[in-house]
Amino acid sequence: MLDAAHVITIALSKGRIFDETLPLLEAAGIRPSENPEQSRKLIIGTSRTDVRLLIVRASDTPTYVQYGAAELGIAGKDVLLEHGGVGLYQPLDLKIAACRMAVAAPEGFDYANTVRKGGRLRVATKYMQTAREHFAAKGVHVDLIKLYGSMELAPLVGLADAIVDLVSTGSTLRANNLCVVEEIVPISARLIVNQAALKLKREEIQLILDAFSKAVGL
Amino acid sequence: MEAAHIERLRGILLGLFRLHGYELVVPPMLEYVESLLTGTGHDLDLRTFKLVDQLSGRMMGIRADITPQVARIDSHLLNRESVTRLCYSGSVLHTRPRGLDSTREPIQIGAEIYGHPGIESDLEIQRLLSESFRACGLRNARLDIGHVGIFRSICTRGNVGAGLESDLQEALEAKDHARIESLSDKLGSETRDALLQLPRLYGGAQMIDTARSVLPQYAELLKSLDDLERLARDNRFDVSVDLADLRGYQYHSGVVFSVYAAPEQTRPDGVNPPLCKNALALGGRYDEVGKAFGRARPATGFSLDLRDLARMLPVQMTLGAIVAPYGEEDALVAEVARLRQSGEVVIQALPGVEDGRECERKLVWLDGKWVVRAL
Repeated sequence: MLDAAHVITIALSKGRIFDETLPLLEAAGIRPSENPEQSRKLIIGTSRTDVRLLIVRASDTPTYVQYGAAELGIAGKDVLLEHGGVGLYQPLDLKIAACRMAVAAPEGFDYANTVRKGGRLRVATKYMQTAREHFAAKGVHVDLIKLYGSMELAPLVGLADAIVDLVSTGSTLRANNLCVVEEIVPISARLIVNQAALKLKREEIQLILDAFSKAVGL
Repeated sequence: MEAAHIERLRGILLGLFRLHGYELVVPPMLEYVESLLTGTGHDLDLRTFKLVDQLSGRMMGIRADITPQVARIDSHLLNRESVTRLCYSGSVLHTRPRGLDSTREPIQIGAEIYGHPGIESDLEIQRLLSESFRACGLRNARLDIGHVGIFRSICTRGNVGAGLESDLQEALEAKDHARIESLSDKLGSETRDALLQLPRLYGGAQMIDTARSVLPQYAELLKSLDDLERLARDNRFDVSVDLADLRGYQYHSGVVFSVYAAPEQTRPDGVNPPLCKNALALGGRYDEVGKAFGRARPATGFSLDLRDLARMLPVQMTLGAIVAPYGEEDALVAEVARLRQSGEVVIQALPGVEDGRECERKLVWLDGKWVVRAL
């Protein structure tokens, strides 16, 4: 085991982000020694003795990096918007795990008119911060209802008029008779860096950052 | 133990400041908000606890930052024309903690130089900071320098509006290249290209040469780069450069700097070393701050939270205290006085109760004299 002062820890979530990060890691000469889908280990070694991966919940990635438990992290812009990004560097748009943050409502719901009249809208979402900022910027009154999943259900049972959620192909929306009524922001995964780590382990981190930039085509 | 640890560090720092000719000032904890907040930013206003003065009915605030108070002492109370060196140490209160696991009651300590506009005073203050860390035993400290004049020059020359400037500043502080790209798409190509370069311009001192070749050749911008080069060359410590570091952009006017440190990996007291989160000390030039008090004086300085510094360093293990028996005999009293004079901690046990349990040595009468023995 190398001295902790020289090890680089990368926090990321399993699933889409992990899968789409693999080619980028490969470009930096980093191959995970295990597949997190099969292994239950949360710390995964790699082909490089000075790099290890932390498998965390997607919404926890910025926290691990912010507090310095990991030097680097791969986090969706959606997660970063909710987190606020305080104390993080976000130098690179990795252009992976792309989707969009959008407002969706049942087919036939007159969203444009409700919003224009200054009416009150009930919105169910997991992304409270993003939704609050979006509607505040538009000057629309909203009642936000925090849900942890299956937001599509809320308008169907009358819990909310609309939802704010990530939309990738739109098939879940269609299956539940919902459609996108407004796009908020395009989403993709970012490389995030702990600020102190970039100052104190610059050489090591810069090599990974450069390899990622090149692989992304910047 | 924690308190003694902090106090020992405070002593080292204030002693060092004194040896460099910095006069100690003790500004009041509580002041009228007008005095406390005039000329400072909105951030500081939000961070300040307020209360109503029972005598005058006016609003008072508990200081959230000592630096503006010290600037006012220089411009009003002292009112000197010559160079003034001041230092301070005291508690401040924050309505909201400033950083991740920061306390709401940091112990701020710092030093400032007023009355000199040149780079030499920036160099002096940076050297003092580096020496402070060295004196405390922090070996892995690294000084990171930047200059707000570079971003300011690009914005001024490119006619960037105030709102956009503040959004760009935020994006630059996060080195968020993608956001700078989208924010700057309506700006002139020279301004845009320069802004897109800034988040990548960090690294060793050689980065200043790179900056010279990729940034626009504005006179004031090149002057800022020359200043940074001088600091990087003449500073006797490990220096790195970051042209996108714009913390405190609203009140800083020139060179800015921060110190980062890796905690000691192994601590003798067995406590897990803290993780590296953010800068340990911040500082820079703020020539405009005194203007609000009617007298703009060139100023440069730094400050840090003693609690943060204390957490980075192992608690100094001292030789245990000595317990002496209760008694009034001359020989005993004289020996206790002598030991204390030589710097030993001596507890003279009170009679009838158990006392001096935390001591590691004892004073005993042996062969006709008082001697110290292990317990």
